Amino acid sequence: MLCDICKQNVATVHLTQMVEGKTKKVDLCETCSKDKGIDDPTGFSLADLLLGLGAAQEMAQASSGSELKCPSCGFTQADFKKSGRLGCADCYTTFAEGLEGLLKSMHKGTKHAGKVPRVLQQNKSVTEKLNGLQKRLEKAIAEEDFEQAATLRDEIKQVREKLDSLTTG
Amino acid sequence: MNIHEFLIPPDQSCKRAGPHDRIVMSSRVRLARNVKGMSFPGWAKKADRLRALEAIRPAVEALGQLAGGFSESMDNFSTLDKQILVERHLISREHAAKGVGSGLVVNREETLCVMINEEDHLRMQALRPGLQLRSAWLAIDQIDTALEGKLEYAFSNELGYLTACPTNLGTGIRVSAMLHLPALVLAEQINQIIQAVNKLGLAVRGLYGEGTEALGNVFQVSNQMTLGEAETDILERLNKVLLQLIEHEENARSTLLEKKPKMIFNHIGRAYGILANAHSISSKETMNLLSLMRLGIDLAMFPGIERWLVDELFILTQPAHLQKQFSDKLSAEERDLLRADMLRERLRHVSRPVAKLPPPQGNKPDKPASSS
Repeated sequence: MLCDICKQNVATVHLTQMVEGKTKKVDLCETCSKDKGIDDPTGFSLADLLLGLGAAQEMAQASSGSELKCPSCGFTQADFKKSGRLGCADCYTTFAEGLEGLLKSMHKGTKHAGKVPRVLQQNKSVTEKLNGLQKRLEKAIAEEDFEQAATLRDEIKQVREKLDSLTTG
Repeated sequence: MNIHEFLIPPDQSCKRAGPHDRIVMSSRVRLARNVKGMSFPGWAKKADRLRALEAIRPAVEALGQLAGGFSESMDNFSTLDKQILVERHLISREHAAKGVGSGLVVNREETLCVMINEEDHLRMQALRPGLQLRSAWLAIDQIDTALEGKLEYAFSNELGYLTACPTNLGTGIRVSAMLHLPALVLAEQINQIIQAVNKLGLAVRGLYGEGTEALGNVFQVSNQMTLGEAETDILERLNKVLLQLIEHEENARSTLLEKKPKMIFNHIGRAYGILANAHSISSKETMNLLSLMRLGIDLAMFPGIERWLVDELFILTQPAHLQKQFSDKLSAEERDLLRADMLRERLRHVSRPVAKLPPPQGNKPDKPASSS
């Protein structure tokens, strides 16, 4: 049996773990298992490793041969296959296609549902308010309620200014 | 001040109490964050890592919560120092391997710890004795909120906090607890339990060893998924599972005492016998036997002896802590001798375990433990 990573040496390290109720297996040679830090059990999860391998394959498929490279940091999918880590925040945009399936399989969802930095939070709520006003304005114009439309237009102008000051500040 | 003068001696830190600390040794909440516009530490060049450290470290040091704390760059620690920090659970093994361009900031109480340029630019954690996930989360959430005013985080509305490894994406949170589960191991129920916990999307790891029979019967349970769920939901889910695990362990203890008291007494008595009388003992054997003694204390078999004695020995008998007490570099064999000397000395005043059988129910003798 050959190692799942280098596909050259004979696999001597065999790992099994339950991931989402399914039994996953990985067979590695001694060199690759050391590279992956498997001799250091506290820092190691088979899930990370498996998902890393799967993702690299998906990324290879998504880019169909032509090697994708992050424009910000120069990171490639081959680098991801080696380390299971990305190069910079922009890699998430560069490799978005290949990562999508991976994120779906490893997480509860693919949309962030937790904490948002305060600056962006304000930004977000103002944007939402603006969208609401815009809709009411369209409705007022459609109903030919021009007095209401004028009030809404002034309000939108104010909110826009606030949003500008938030994003530039 | 060096790190050894700074660190709280184990005889004090082990006396800290928390809810359910009979079984839950500690709680931890860790957040992973990165600074916008900089490559992740594992990919960044040395100069970029240094630049990141220079930007992040002062911001962390200036936090009120870390006032009076300890701050140092990783290249100023010796290998032994780093190993001691690992044995104290203050830094990860991965961080211990770092040098130039990485840093560490710890608060005075050792309840907050920020690793700079580990796998992510920031790995910050709050630690609590016993089961106190909520309190740990509130503390680290506060630090995080204070830092976001000084550093611009890499964040996307869609994917949340962007991390080097996709497994931490979104909330970047890892909530975990260290559990002492000797009865579940003795009753051979632990594998079943681990599988059930895994099915819930939670990870179970050994404290010092991979595999189901963790050293010292200590298991770390943590969330695996970080994206698509709010921090408090992740925390509550784990909390519920932990409360169930506590109940299972307590049940296993009562059942064993009732059904196989001789088996339990035998294990604990032998553990005491070896720890108090050995002249050479490995770190691994020490941890497994101290675990049984800890169980004996919980079962009131060592009157007058408190749990912290064992918890302290758990730390002091580990390789780096042992090495630290002696100036010469010790071989593993020499450490085994000195470890045994320390244990005999520390257990000199601990009397033999008291084994009180429950009132007889019929006259069937306890069956000897099967060897399967």
